[in-house]
Amino acid sequence: MQIFPRSTNAISRASLFGPVFVAAALFWGMAQLQRSPYITYAGVRKSQPVPFSHQHHVTGLGIDCRYCHTSVEQSSFAGIPPTKTCMNCHSQIWTNAPMLEPVRASYRTGESLQWTRINQLPDFVYFNHSIHVTKGVGCNDCHGPVDQMPLMYQEASLQMEWCLNCHRAPQEFLRPREQVFNMRYQQPTASLPVKFDGTTYTDQDSLGSALVKKYQLRTEKDITSCSTCHR
Amino acid sequence: MENAKSKREDVCPGKKPANRMDRATVERQLKETKGPEYWRSLEELAGSPEFQDMLHREFPKGASEWLDSVSRRGFLQLMGASLAMAGMTGCTKLPLQEIVPYVRQPEQVIPGVAMYYATAFTLSGYANPLLVESHLGRPTKIEGNNLHPASLGGTDIFAQASILGMYDPDRSQAITHLGDVEPWAEFVKEIKGPLAVQKALAGAGIRILTQTISSPTLKDQMQAFLAMYPKAKWHVYEPVNRDNTLEGAKLAFGEALETQYRLENAAVIVSLDADFLYAGFPGNVRYIRDFAKKRNPDAEMSRMYVVESNPSSTGAKADHRLPVRASEVEGFARAIASAVGVNVGGAPSSGEHTKFVESVVEDLQKHEGESVIIAGDHQPPAVHALAHAMNVALGNVGKTVVYTDPVDSNPVNQVESLRDLVSDMRTGQVDLLVIMGGNPVYDAPADLGFRDCLKNSKISLRIYHGLYENETAELCHWSVNEAHYLEAWSDGRAYDGTVSVVQPLIAPLYAGKSAHEMLSALVSVPDATGYEIVRGHWQKQHAGPEFEAWWRKTLNDGFIEGSAYPPKSVSLKLQSLPVAAAVGANSLEVNLRRDPSVYDGQFANNGWLQELPKPMSKLTWDNAVLIGPKMADREGIKTMDVVTLELGGRKITGPVWIQAGHPDHSVTVHLGYGRRKAGRAGTGAGFDAYVLRTTNALWFATGGKLTKTGDHYQLASTQGYQTMDTGDGETRPLVRAATLEEYRKEPKFAKEGEPPAALTLYPGYDYKKSPDAWGMTIDLNACVGCNNCIIACQSENNIAVVGKEQVVKGRHMHWIRVDAYYQGDRDAPQAYFQPVPCMQCENAPCELVCPVGATVHSSEGLNDMVYNRCIGTRYCSNNCPYKVRRFNFLLFQDWETPQYKLMRNPDVSVRSRGVMEKCTYCVQRITEHRINAETAAVRENREFKIEDGSLQTACQQSCPADAIVFGNINDPNSRVAKLKAQDRNYGLLADLNTRPRTTYLAEIRNPNPELET
Repeated sequence: MQIFPRSTNAISRASLFGPVFVAAALFWGMAQLQRSPYITYAGVRKSQPVPFSHQHHVTGLGIDCRYCHTSVEQSSFAGIPPTKTCMNCHSQIWTNAPMLEPVRASYRTGESLQWTRINQLPDFVYFNHSIHVTKGVGCNDCHGPVDQMPLMYQEASLQMEWCLNCHRAPQEFLRPREQVFNMRYQQPTASLPVKFDGTTYTDQDSLGSALVKKYQLRTEKDITSCSTCHR
Repeated sequence: MENAKSKREDVCPGKKPANRMDRATVERQLKETKGPEYWRSLEELAGSPEFQDMLHREFPKGASEWLDSVSRRGFLQLMGASLAMAGMTGCTKLPLQEIVPYVRQPEQVIPGVAMYYATAFTLSGYANPLLVESHLGRPTKIEGNNLHPASLGGTDIFAQASILGMYDPDRSQAITHLGDVEPWAEFVKEIKGPLAVQKALAGAGIRILTQTISSPTLKDQMQAFLAMYPKAKWHVYEPVNRDNTLEGAKLAFGEALETQYRLENAAVIVSLDADFLYAGFPGNVRYIRDFAKKRNPDAEMSRMYVVESNPSSTGAKADHRLPVRASEVEGFARAIASAVGVNVGGAPSSGEHTKFVESVVEDLQKHEGESVIIAGDHQPPAVHALAHAMNVALGNVGKTVVYTDPVDSNPVNQVESLRDLVSDMRTGQVDLLVIMGGNPVYDAPADLGFRDCLKNSKISLRIYHGLYENETAELCHWSVNEAHYLEAWSDGRAYDGTVSVVQPLIAPLYAGKSAHEMLSALVSVPDATGYEIVRGHWQKQHAGPEFEAWWRKTLNDGFIEGSAYPPKSVSLKLQSLPVAAAVGANSLEVNLRRDPSVYDGQFANNGWLQELPKPMSKLTWDNAVLIGPKMADREGIKTMDVVTLELGGRKITGPVWIQAGHPDHSVTVHLGYGRRKAGRAGTGAGFDAYVLRTTNALWFATGGKLTKTGDHYQLASTQGYQTMDTGDGETRPLVRAATLEEYRKEPKFAKEGEPPAALTLYPGYDYKKSPDAWGMTIDLNACVGCNNCIIACQSENNIAVVGKEQVVKGRHMHWIRVDAYYQGDRDAPQAYFQPVPCMQCENAPCELVCPVGATVHSSEGLNDMVYNRCIGTRYCSNNCPYKVRRFNFLLFQDWETPQYKLMRNPDVSVRSRGVMEKCTYCVQRITEHRINAETAAVRENREFKIEDGSLQTACQQSCPADAIVFGNINDPNSRVAKLKAQDRNYGLLADLNTRPRTTYLAEIRNPNPELET
């Protein structure tokens, strides 16, 4: 008596290679999940006590990054402005806006505003802002078009492979230091050249290598050593 | 000392196979060969099977075994399941975090950049000037104040560890009245009545008991109090007091004087039982620096003789060390004194040590004016008087010895002071007792019966003011929680009299009150803040318009310029000294000493200090009855046997530790243990030796009796762990030493075993490509085994405390350890210290075996440890010949206690369970300096350079001896590169071709040729 019909042969054949594909698919799925905004928070607008708009303050009013993020050039931490900084203006304008009540309450009571952190790294990663802005890494290289964000979100994945993109080839990203805080900076092209140190550059390759030299960038081996970021 | 003679070829015993021998054989062999063999423990010396077993193991037995109830099979099942899920661990989603900015950000504060404030830590009245690192208002690390003459950048272990004391969750957290929490206002109200009653009696019933006080402000306040209540009495008592020293000065000069030593001028040092190179001895930080400077074999090298009753780190550094009983030291002092022309009567006899005395005398006379004799605090006043007389006779005064006013602002005999208090308490003359600091119920001499007296007396109001709810607080009506010195304003004098202002780093965590505020409340000004009081005091001294500028400069520098006591001229008034009654040669002497780690017991709850291996025995978490090997053989006692020690009808029971070099017919017991109410770390650790302490024998007495109980007690000593010898019993030339004579003859004696330049076909990485290549030298000649580097490292790098049970298993986490090696006769060995951090090998054996690349090399030559990659295979630790890697077998870090979260260094990852860790050369400091130097270079458009000496590792920074030097070896002009070029420089196990970046400078001793037979 035939227990298994002929059609089961196909199943047995499929089962020979099937698990390999299933495992590969599973692995691929996991890898995708790992890079997805669900894990990285990239592009996720987190809720904040006050719906602060960078677009309005930067593009609309033309406030420089460093007006609020005061320690970006001296410290590892760029700095989140104290309530006092908000009140510098908002004690004069929009003094009764209900949206700003948490800010006024904070100033009145002395209790800090509690912002939800947007750009967050694991505790074993020691990122330093001052060295990056000093060596010509622009704000928007990592933070994206902040001047066009009505609500702040994290632009990049902030995963290690993303960091290494630049640490392995910094010349592809650097810009002159005076352009670091320029949110509309564009890499040089033939039509839009960039002047640096008296020379006009029309492509990033030549500008990048000039900047690497001028800003005394360390070698790739140096800045990809583990202890550069982990300690 | 004869055995200490080291022949050049014997210094590095190299490939000599070790035999398994019993102790007698070893003894005989040692006597016959005379050549130095280095050993770490008596078990090693005797080649015991346990020790042989140790050599084959990476960790001691039990450290790496699975001892849980889960079966092996169950474990494997679990492991299989977790392995299948292992890939998932990378997919952690970070939890949402909040950022909490200031409302009004203070000027100068830059989040992410540490700030430093000068302050001072006071121990037994002596201020230790400090610089404290603060992150956003949280003090995290203590360093020495490099501007201050008493520190020059160095610190001691107690100061370093005091930061853990501040964050101690077991500190007294509230004011309590009979156990109920009360506010400060209630306390102030409650004492008003009794104070008013006393006011009418001129304070006849008031007694204040303090510890040694050097604070000028507090002294002023105390005098104001006594002016208000003229019949009140101020008593002073501290268990580790300097009564003998002060009495000795009175005996010699007729007045209480402070003795300071100028070791930078001393060519010959004679220590009469003085452990002046260890924390707790006033001025030790400066003395270590000066001593180490004079030990440079390429310049004029000093010579030190130590006669001591208990193996100490000072004795370990001696060129000639003579172990004698404490009661015999006076005989020695007399013999030397009479030979250098001090006549105090009595017939001095140097007994069997005539030769030693003669040599010392000859050396002293050859170096008149540049010799110094130092007497130990526990030696009787007569010995101090003799030391003073000898220093006068040898013309040392003003050169190597300086006398000043005492630092103690109330230099009374503290034991007598306490005795007076107790007798007043007994006779009912005390109505109001204020105990400020200290713990007399625990540590007062047993014969005074302070505890029973306090318990049964009719004192209607007893107030305790202190950091802990301890044994004394328990017997008082009120317990007022004291503010820690890092939380309060105060001042104090360093050993040279320089006034340091103590400024707080943080607001009191538990609203504690400082001594100034407490005393102010007693004179009915309860609302005065410590700041107002201290500042007010100094404003009176420096009135005038420029006070503000002066005050700011003082706070900035941490001390008042020019406030050191001027030297006093003295005239010797010593006529004759009655000879002490002879002590039976075989009568057992009992020595009671302050503990090297917990001092008098006040640091009992400090986990860092409890886990700190004591300099010679390497014991942690316990005290022990220390006896010499001879006595152990005679009595048939083994290490960790429990014995009963009787002295004058009082009894204690504790485990024995056989200590090489301990004199015969003598035992040493350390005070400070056996606390009943210390906190989570201190309660119950060790046994209480204060039980044996009486007013007539504070430090030693003869007539003791030792009996075995037959019990056994597990002690946790790290001696013998992390040994670097090979499994087949080869001894390796780890410590290299020679005498000055040998060194001059053959300067390159330490160079043996260097690997040839190229041992590989593969081209090595060229570290010259990087601007910096980090390296370190450790000068064994300078290292005095003070243990400071261990605590500094623990504080800087967030190193966990593991507890006694784990230390027994060898799981302690210290990134730098200080190995003690002995050489020669076990009754009088020569000892050597060797601090061992990670060697940062260029050819690191650990890196090759890591399956996940969690330990790799950086371009600057650092052996990086990447915690987030580590999966805990421990292969690296197994392959490390130096045994410097530490594994988190369990979750050793306290992740829960909120206080500890504040304390941690935010620049260093806090490691979790299952992760390997090790010395990083303080990579967080390197990175910080590199970033600062790079940003400065780019902004100022100049070449990048980290200035030599500006970047210091934590161990280097804290080292009072300046033994550790760290820097860029690519720069031939850096200090470290110059030291590495010295003849004495050698790499540890360099013959393995590991190319260690940390190297050692061999130790040179300067023995007296007369005594070399």
